[in-house]
Amino acid sequence: MSSAVHIATRPYGAMAPDVETFAFSPENQEEVARILARYPAERQQSAMLPLLLLAQEQHGGWLPQAAMDHVAELLNVAKIRVYEVATFYDMYNTRPVGPIQVRVCTTTPCWLCGSDDIVRAAKDELECDIGESSPDGRFFLREFECLGACANAPVLWVDQDFYEDLDYEKARAVLAALKRGETPKPGSQTGRQASMPVGGKTTLFETAPESRPANDEAGA
Amino acid sequence: MLRDQDRIFTNLYGEQSPWIDGARARGDWSNTKDLILLGREAIVDGIKKSGLRGRGGAGFPTGMKWSFMPKQSEGPTYLVVNADESEPGTCKDREILRHEPHKLVEGCVVAAAGMGCTAGYIFIRGEFVREGQALERAVAEAYEAGYLGKDCCGSGMSFDLYVHRGAGAYICGEETALLQALEGTKGQPRLKPPFPAMVGLYGRPTTINNVESIAVTPTILRRGPEWFAGIGRPNNTGTKIFCISGHVNRPCTVEEQLGIPLKELLEKHCGGVRGGWNNLLAVIPGGSSVPLLPKSICDDVLMDFDSLRAVTSGLGTAGVIVMDKSTDVVKAIARLSKFYMHESCGQCTPCREGTGWLWRMMERMVKGECRLEDIDLLQDVTKQIEGHTICALGDAAAWPVQGLIRHFRPELERRIREQGEARRLAA
Repeated sequence: MSSAVHIATRPYGAMAPDVETFAFSPENQEEVARILARYPAERQQSAMLPLLLLAQEQHGGWLPQAAMDHVAELLNVAKIRVYEVATFYDMYNTRPVGPIQVRVCTTTPCWLCGSDDIVRAAKDELECDIGESSPDGRFFLREFECLGACANAPVLWVDQDFYEDLDYEKARAVLAALKRGETPKPGSQTGRQASMPVGGKTTLFETAPESRPANDEAGA
Repeated sequence: MLRDQDRIFTNLYGEQSPWIDGARARGDWSNTKDLILLGREAIVDGIKKSGLRGRGGAGFPTGMKWSFMPKQSEGPTYLVVNADESEPGTCKDREILRHEPHKLVEGCVVAAAGMGCTAGYIFIRGEFVREGQALERAVAEAYEAGYLGKDCCGSGMSFDLYVHRGAGAYICGEETALLQALEGTKGQPRLKPPFPAMVGLYGRPTTINNVESIAVTPTILRRGPEWFAGIGRPNNTGTKIFCISGHVNRPCTVEEQLGIPLKELLEKHCGGVRGGWNNLLAVIPGGSSVPLLPKSICDDVLMDFDSLRAVTSGLGTAGVIVMDKSTDVVKAIARLSKFYMHESCGQCTPCREGTGWLWRMMERMVKGECRLEDIDLLQDVTKQIEGHTICALGDAAAWPVQGLIRHFRPELERRIREQGEARRLAA
C-alpha cells in the first residue's frame, strides 16, 4: 500500500549508526500528531508502542537511546518507562542491526511444515546466523514465534510482508531477490489464493444469502 | 456440512474487494442504522439468544459479557477488540482483518450500540503490518461514509474507532495485558477482580472481545438470532472459522458449523491427512494451548466447546494442528514449551521459572536423556504452574505437556529406555 513511503523514512542502506540526538523527520512529525490524536489528551502515554515503532523505522531498524529518550520527552514520562517497553516487546531492537528485518517463524505449525529448511535457507543466503546481521549490514536475521499464518506455513516475514508456503529453494529465491534490491511478490510462493485449499476451494460457491436486503444504501 | 448461504465470511479468501464497495455488495452496512436503533437491551438480548460464545479461546457467552457493562456511566466507556492473534496454529482473524475488515468495523458499531461504548480500540498485533493497513483503510472509509463518528449511520449515536498496533508479545492476547500495552506499558496482566467491565482501559468500564466474535454480530442481528442458534449443536451454536495447519494435504482456513466431526473437517476441506487417515498420529484441536488428542479420539470427536472439553482438550481458537506418524511428537510439544518460555511475561514466579523448567526437561525427554521417574517430575512441574499464576499463560504452558504425558507416556518411556540401553552398550 505505502511501500514508497516506507523506504523514504529509512535513510540508511546499511546498519544505522548510534546517534547523540534524535528527532522525528518533518514527514514523521505529522504521523506522530496523527498517532497522538487517537488517545485522550491526558493519556498520551498510550502512543508509546506506535511511536517507538515509528522511531525504529526512521532510524533504519533499531532504537538508539537518543530515540527512546526523545519518545520519553514527547510523552512526558520517565525514561525508564520507555526503556522497559522497548526491551519487553519482540519487535524493538535496542542494538544496531541491519535495516531489512528477516524473521523466520519456527513455532510448531511452521516447524511441522519444514521451517528448519527455511532457517537453513536464510542462513545460507544471508551468510549470517540467527540473531546476527548479514556481512554487508543490510539484513538482520531472527527466529520469531508464531506469525499467525499457519495455514500457509512455513512463513518468512520481511519488513511489512509475509512470504508463505515456502521451501528451501523458494525461501532462497525470495531472499536473493531482496538482496538484489527487488521486491518479490508477497504472499503464497506457490501461487495459491490466500489460505484457500491448494487446488481450489471447497466452500463459497454460492455466496449470496437469501435474506440480504435489496437496498444497499439504507444504512448510510 | 454448512450451506454456502449460511456462511458469514463470504470473502474469506479475498476473491472480492475488501473495501467498502465490496463490503456493501456482500450486505455489510446495509441496515446498520436499524440495528443500532434496536437499542441496548434488544441487541444484547439478540446476541444472548443466538448462543454466540467468544471466539478467542475461552468460549464465554458474548451476550452475557456485554450485559456486564454498567447501564449508567458518567464519562467514556470502551470497546476493545483483541486482534492480537498469536496463538500458534491460529490464523483466522488475519483473514477477517485483510479480507473482511468492514465486517469487523460494522461489528464494532453494533457492539458499541449494545453496550453504550463511546470509543473503541482495535489492538492488532504488530506483525500484521498489511492487515493493519487494510483495517485502517476500512476505518477511514467508514468515517467518510458517516458510519463512524458523531452520528453513526444517522442514528444519533456517537462512536469513535481507532486502530492500535502492538509490538510483538503473545501475552498481549490476554485481555488485561492488552490493556496495559494499550496504555503504553509492558504487557503484564492485571489481577482480576476488578474485571475490565468495571475497571478497564484508563480505569473505565471496558469490554474486550475477539475479532471473530465482533465480526459475526451484525450478521446475527440481521438474519436473526434464531438463524445462528439453529446452526451447530445446543450450547455450541453458529459458524466458526477453522484454521487447519500441519500434515494435511491441503492446509486452509474454512468457515464451518460448530460440532462438525474433526475427521469430516479434515477430509472434506483439507484433502485428508497426509498419507491417509491411518497415518494420523495426533491433532492439537484448538491452538497450542490445548492438550493434543491421539488418533483414537480424533476418529469421532466433534469440533465444539463441550465435545472437546469432554475429552480433556478444548476448542480454543479452533486452530487445528495436524501431525502424521512421521512427526516427532515429543519435539513438537517441546517446541511449544520453548514458545511459552519465550512468551512468559515474567511477572509470576511459577510461570517465569516453570516454563523454563518445562522446556529444559522437554528437551531431555526428546532425547530420552533422563530417568523414568522424571516423567512424573515433569507432570509435577506442570501442576506447580497450573492455577498458580495471574493469567492463563501458565495453564497454557502446562496443558500441552500434560496432554503429551497423558497420551504418549509409552513413547516417552521408550526413548528413556533406549537411551539407557545405548549408554550401557557404550560403557
